[in-house]
Amino acid sequence: MAGYTQGSGRPNQWLRNLNAKIASVPMILTAVVIFLGGTIWTVVYSFTNSKLLPRLSFVGLDQYERLWAAPRWLISVQNLAIYGIFSLIFSLVIGFVLAALMDQKIRFENTFRTIMLYPFALSFIVTGLVWQWLLNPEFGIQSVVRSLGWESFTFDPLYNADIVIYGILIAALWQGTGLVMCLMLAGLRGIDEDIWKAARVDGIPMWKTYIFVVIPMMRGVFITTLVIIASGIVKVYDLVVAQTSGGPGIASEVPAKYVYDYMFQAQNLGQGFAASTMMLITVAIIIVPWAYLEFGGGRKRV
Amino acid sequence: MSDIVAFNSVAEEAAPKAQAARVLAGPRGAKPRRALSGRNIMIYGTLIVVALYYLLPLYVMVMTSLKGMPEIRLGNIFAPPVEITFEPWVKAWASACTGLNCDGLSRGFWNSVRITVPSTIVSIAIASVNGYALANWRFKGAELFFTILIVGAFIPYQVMIYPIVIVLRELGIYGTLTGLIIVHTIFGMPILTLLFRNYFAGLPEELFKAARVDGAGFWTIYFKIMLPMSLPIFVVAMILQVTGIWNDFLFGVVFTRPEYYPMTVQLNNIVNSVQGVKEYNVNMAATILTGAVPLFVYFVSGRLFVRGIAAGAVKG
Repeated sequence: MAGYTQGSGRPNQWLRNLNAKIASVPMILTAVVIFLGGTIWTVVYSFTNSKLLPRLSFVGLDQYERLWAAPRWLISVQNLAIYGIFSLIFSLVIGFVLAALMDQKIRFENTFRTIMLYPFALSFIVTGLVWQWLLNPEFGIQSVVRSLGWESFTFDPLYNADIVIYGILIAALWQGTGLVMCLMLAGLRGIDEDIWKAARVDGIPMWKTYIFVVIPMMRGVFITTLVIIASGIVKVYDLVVAQTSGGPGIASEVPAKYVYDYMFQAQNLGQGFAASTMMLITVAIIIVPWAYLEFGGGRKRV
Repeated sequence: MSDIVAFNSVAEEAAPKAQAARVLAGPRGAKPRRALSGRNIMIYGTLIVVALYYLLPLYVMVMTSLKGMPEIRLGNIFAPPVEITFEPWVKAWASACTGLNCDGLSRGFWNSVRITVPSTIVSIAIASVNGYALANWRFKGAELFFTILIVGAFIPYQVMIYPIVIVLRELGIYGTLTGLIIVHTIFGMPILTLLFRNYFAGLPEELFKAARVDGAGFWTIYFKIMLPMSLPIFVVAMILQVTGIWNDFLFGVVFTRPEYYPMTVQLNNIVNSVQGVKEYNVNMAATILTGAVPLFVYFVSGRLFVRGIAAGAVKG
């Protein structure tokens, strides 16, 4: 029996499930050529001095040295750090608080949820343009408050280089917190009702139950949400283009925009590749530990 | 990531049950509830304020789009229009200038339709067959490719854009709608394949085995058994793709020529063009027009949207 399968195993191995293999060709091509090949290609060419066209003349770490000496890149990274930290904290906190409120057996739950989530259906471009209008100092919120009598009121984040990134953050939170709320709400609904009863019997106040019992139990949901938000943060591009185009000056530049501008406008491909490799590294730092926890350390959950 | 899908569907199903259990067994069941307790005022008060905050931009958009320019210059953005005019809507649709041509968003709208429809169909067709092959016809090495695909979903697009430009250029389809459709298919593949694989893996195995015993092959089983049983997941995938592709900006700007720009790119060009007087009412009408399709999908599909988006959030 064993001999039989071994004898005819070679040719059979390739022909077995032939249809499934043919059906998987697009997936295999995408995975290997685009995702793996494309990434390696970009990383390799980031060590060259490619300008208008990719050329294989290696210059070592020159592109990276130039990158980290460029004020525009440094501002981009700093902006991304501020934007990232605040959007993580705010969207998790706001999302969780909203989910906790929604979980109180309220009426019109569907209506509230619909209202909180609809911005997520919109394009970043649409969101960016709406908030550009609301934050317009001549007509928007600032002018409305001033016309109410508070003449010195100032709220023009998109026109003030020091705080422009917070203006972008406002729009990002408006769009993104609904999703976090939905994920958190699903997590809360997954928690056994007996936990609440036990806490109530023991006389533990509600907020304490949330912080010390429920949140630790929702670890998985939090990590998933964190990874989703974090990998979205690194990619932030459309929103900045729509709201400020990186301005005023270069005050609201972000890495993704730096990459695009160097690849397709400044025609300095090497710089673009180096910058995108840095983005790749950032994502790897976020994803690798998560993937290890999720898939490496034995499967605990379904 | 498989967790996202799994946990989400679990939560969706568990929710009503948990709710019912709470109503039946909860200790507050017997206690008469006062509608105007302090606690209720706090909860509803907060939620209403939050809801108003989320609705405000939509309100302002609609109001601005219905005003004439003199009224915008004088009045405040929250005030409803004194004189309602649909002029800005007509202009945004038919005659606003985007770069070279002045035929409004209509061109971008039809481009977006021509991009979204085939991209959605092709990506779902390919991904559903992939997912089916992965779930039911396991072969050696498939898991490895699948893992690369899933990890690839997290890699910033910027890392892969240029190699794709080269590939498309070599194929002679760079700058065309075909090229962009292929790109959307490629980037939709990780999440869609995952979605379908998990769904097909969840269907009863006996069904598949019985069909095989009866002599059905790969495609027969797919078309006669799997496809008819998976309508819900196809709808979820469709919502995910239609909204995702319609809202895309980066791929549209990188992979197409100006005459093929999707609506989002055109919209940004209209609003952020530096020349001429800024017509805020036209801009807001254009913004609403661009948001209309995903909003329509969102309101019509309701709960399914939540499922789809939560499953595909990684893509965004």
